[in-house]
Amino acid sequence: MAADSTETSSFDRINRIKPLTNMIFSVVMSVVAVLTVVPVALVFIISITSSLSLTMRGFSFVPLSTSFVAYESLFKTGSQLVDSYIITIEVTLLHTVLSVLIMTMYAYVLAQQRFGARKFYTFVVFFTMLFSGGLVPSYIINVNVLHIYDTFWILLLSGMVGTFNIIVLRTFISTTIPIELFDAAQIDGASDFKVFFRIVLPLSKAGLATIGLFVLVGKWNEWFTGMLYIDNPKLVPLQTMLTRIQQRIDFIKNNSSLASSPDGMQMLKNMPSEQTRMAIVVLTTLPVLFAYPFFQRYFIRGMTIGSVKG
Amino acid sequence: MTAREGQIGKTRTGILTAFKKHWQLHVLALPVLLYLLIFSYAPMFGVVLAFERYSVAKGFFGSPWLGLKNFEFMFKTQDAWRITRNTVLYNIAFITVNTSLSVLLALILDEMYIKRLSKTIQTMLIMPYFLSMSVVAIVVYAFIGPKGVVNTMLKALGEPGNTFWYTYRPLWPFLLVFISAWKGVGYTAIVYVASISGISSEFYEAAVLDGASKLQQARYITLPHLRHIIVIMLILNMGSMFRGDMGLSYNVTQNTGELYEVVDVIDTFVYRALKDLNDTGMAAAAGLYQSVVGFVLIIVSNAIVRRVDEESALY
Repeated sequence: MAADSTETSSFDRINRIKPLTNMIFSVVMSVVAVLTVVPVALVFIISITSSLSLTMRGFSFVPLSTSFVAYESLFKTGSQLVDSYIITIEVTLLHTVLSVLIMTMYAYVLAQQRFGARKFYTFVVFFTMLFSGGLVPSYIINVNVLHIYDTFWILLLSGMVGTFNIIVLRTFISTTIPIELFDAAQIDGASDFKVFFRIVLPLSKAGLATIGLFVLVGKWNEWFTGMLYIDNPKLVPLQTMLTRIQQRIDFIKNNSSLASSPDGMQMLKNMPSEQTRMAIVVLTTLPVLFAYPFFQRYFIRGMTIGSVKG
Repeated sequence: MTAREGQIGKTRTGILTAFKKHWQLHVLALPVLLYLLIFSYAPMFGVVLAFERYSVAKGFFGSPWLGLKNFEFMFKTQDAWRITRNTVLYNIAFITVNTSLSVLLALILDEMYIKRLSKTIQTMLIMPYFLSMSVVAIVVYAFIGPKGVVNTMLKALGEPGNTFWYTYRPLWPFLLVFISAWKGVGYTAIVYVASISGISSEFYEAAVLDGASKLQQARYITLPHLRHIIVIMLILNMGSMFRGDMGLSYNVTQNTGELYEVVDVIDTFVYRALKDLNDTGMAAAAGLYQSVVGFVLIIVSNAIVRRVDEESALY
């Protein structure tokens, strides 16, 4: 609060838009902001809508009556949800730690202005931004050469190195750590390992936190790797599970012959209700949405260092 | 500094000495280097799949050679034109709409002088950025599913309200562009707000002395300053001109067959050819087509930008 008032210099006060314009901007932008958030509120409302209201009225912002049956049933019978939660948490945490660590190590190497092989290493990572072999060769290699189809490893490893993140980390290291510090360390006879682990890592905490949060959220939200590679129910990540449930239900409903057959009806019966699906959405999204405002500072900083040209 | 540069790797015997001196740096780079070799560079050689009839037993380099048959087969289907058209048109629409909206929002957010309100609004605008595409798909379903809010409202207005929107083609191009904007504009707008606040106030002071209005300041100071970052984002987007969004085109549309005509993109085509049809050759051919064109586009656009405005070029 205090910072906000000091930020406004006397010049800014003169060079202001007219109060009326400010008012209009404020109102319009507030409306836009509320409309942006409303769809997510709708999902929550549906998750606590009673079945009666759903049959009578369909989805609505104002249900006739509410019920928490969806959440109760999830907590009673949600073994798939629990499995998916556990695997997603495990994968996300381990992935984030490893990803940030190895990318920072690489970024540190790229930040060594006087290191002859730096250009080679920069090219290696930069070129992957320009050209890729595409989905199929990766898929075939992962499945038939590395044999990591339907394993924990494919979930953990996919997307672990991001060119953009490395560039951001490199920029962060070379702008926050003065080069004299490296020189001083070298004169004192500190090895590169020592400089990296004792100086660079501790001093780059803010940068690591920023990138770490992006990696964390990205992994938590990843659904495609699971769609492509995972069959074992114990390994299905949360987001993949959501998409699979949704598509399976639609598939049965869209096939009128299947939907009206006893088999189809049985299958539909066993599928989670619409409230339950919405409840799953709420439970998978809450951690991210709750965490976000606390880390907003870091996110915005990360986005802006990223915009520095690499 | 120059003396030291000369020491490292410049003389003939220097390379080995330099390696010995800096072996720890190579070790630090090793994990990412290995990762990229396995997961990025090996697949680049794996594109041979596009020219053969792959069999697991015979492997990448032993499978029967087909030459360009896979490409012929792909381009003969009507799908080739459809997926190319959709991919490019969607990307043009996404880029145009998202860029102009985020610049507009950034200009407004920056001018609002109750900073706390502006910050709160920014926090709200960026929220959809943190939703996964699986969640977005269900949010969309909540609106336009058979029992969705849209149908509920139509019923309240006396309409039948039983439209099955998931097979109603005219809706989808607009809907996908809208969803993309909803999800992405807040994020980019904040990046722009941050770069606007980095512009030195001297420019504005001088402009005010010359009697420039707020609009003129935006036109002649703020927008030119944003140009570099906008151009860099555009070049990067150029490279992905041929890259579809699986989240939007597959997940949000719930892979509905009736919609392929208007939503199918190269990525969804590749995915289906691989997972549903098991046609590795054609899927790889489509993927290679996508990569090569993307590569050419990014090189060409960067070359053009370098001619016109060297500072904004990517490399």
